[in-house]
Amino acid sequence: MIPRPAALLQLLAGDAQADRVVPPTGITARLTAFAAAAMAFLTVFALALSLATGRLADRWGTALAQSSTIRVSAPEEQMDAQVLAVMDVLATTPGIRDARVLTDDEQRALLEPWFGPDLPLDTLPVPRLIEVLETEEGYDPAGLRARLAGEAPGAVLDDHTRWREPLVRAADRLRALGLISIGLIAATTAVIITLAASAALAANEQVIRVLRLVGARDAYIARAFVRRFTLRALAGAAAGAFLGMLAIWLLPDADPTGGFLTGLGFQGGEWLLPLLIPPLAALVAFAATRRAALATLKERS
Amino acid sequence: MIEFEEVTYGYGGTPLLADVSLKLAPGSFHFLTGPSGAGKTTLLKLCYGDLIAQQGRVALFGQDARTLSRDDVAMIRRRIGVVHQDQKFLDHLSVAENVALPLTVSGRSATEHDIRELIGWVGLENQQFARPPELSGGERQRAALARAIIMSPEVILADEPTGNVDWEMSLRLLKLMVELNKMGKTIMIATHDLNLIRAAKQQVQARVLRIANHRLQLAGANL
Repeated sequence: MIPRPAALLQLLAGDAQADRVVPPTGITARLTAFAAAAMAFLTVFALALSLATGRLADRWGTALAQSSTIRVSAPEEQMDAQVLAVMDVLATTPGIRDARVLTDDEQRALLEPWFGPDLPLDTLPVPRLIEVLETEEGYDPAGLRARLAGEAPGAVLDDHTRWREPLVRAADRLRALGLISIGLIAATTAVIITLAASAALAANEQVIRVLRLVGARDAYIARAFVRRFTLRALAGAAAGAFLGMLAIWLLPDADPTGGFLTGLGFQGGEWLLPLLIPPLAALVAFAATRRAALATLKERS
Repeated sequence: MIEFEEVTYGYGGTPLLADVSLKLAPGSFHFLTGPSGAGKTTLLKLCYGDLIAQQGRVALFGQDARTLSRDDVAMIRRRIGVVHQDQKFLDHLSVAENVALPLTVSGRSATEHDIRELIGWVGLENQQFARPPELSGGERQRAALARAIIMSPEVILADEPTGNVDWEMSLRLLKLMVELNKMGKTIMIATHDLNLIRAAKQQVQARVLRIANHRLQLAGANL
């Protein structure tokens, strides 16, 4: 059931007298607020995960799509000649914006995580790496491979497609999982609040009977319960979202060597997104309680 | 105001009321009597839309009760004050707040003075801030009566209002009902207390209806 704007406005306007007709229910109130807080806390993390994986997918997608690597493996005496031949081929290949041979220091930095800082690069048969940057139009990988095979047989072109696509796909799926988690959390919140509201309605059967006897309409009775649960959910979700944001803020800063985990969090304007969680939780609570209340009242008429 | 045409109502296939016809005219005073379980409460519930006739037709202020929505029934109940033997209140609210409840739910307001005056009229001025569980049986009945009339309803239905109170309190409640009738309210009191009916007949012109063998009969002559 989609909440009617008029009902929502009436709810926001409030009615101090109407609020008092439903007796305070201690444990249900606390459980509703706690459930909303816990769900909001989890939503902050699901949102952070989703945004982080989204950023990762974009970064991998755009950064790697515009670059390639050529690996030259050749006997030491032929290495320089083959590297030069590759550079000549690249210079005359349409779609290549820039190409450069990685320096020894850069190659050492790439290998350092696996072999340590004292790698004697000059004594090892390490292939030379050439970084290739493409123009927007890109080049023809099949044509380049064919030319390289003729000019520099030790050169192998790696256009990153082989491993870029699965990574981007994995990141996209992770982002989708994050969004699905948010949907599931919202649905679970609705279920919990519906159960709590139904329990409160059952516990207040006499109140409902008295209100009906004195001429209260169903909408009035429902509103008294709905307002209470909506405000509880709003307060709980605000607390949960605040704690979730605090926990995210306390995570270590993004670090290139830390990989994905240290990138989990919000950047810039993304910090505003968790602020939407409390009003959305309240909206879910409003819809769930209203539906439960009206259904229960109809059942008992 | 309230009209029954050959109304039948029963539970579990057994009729409790059969072919009941009744007309409550404005300003009339009726007693409804009969043995326990005869159907007095059921008949009153049909009068305020809590039950719907299984056969026949009940018209409440000119509207067929079968065609009323739940909101319509709520609106009808604002025109009918109901007092039960075992009156229910909202125990977390004070007597004054309970008395003002019909106004609260209808979005109307009354001054504190008006409410105090009404509570004083039923003799509960010292209990207005008390909670309902703190009241005696008679005080509860008077609080219920105050709540039933705060909206100035056209009809007041009372189901065994003196069932839980002593004779002195019964007479006091009766006096209040008679005063309301003199103000033009239509009154129907379900009771099996014949002494109460005799006492009333000295103060007001009342018709006595009796439910016997599922039928409604006029029974005033021998009282």
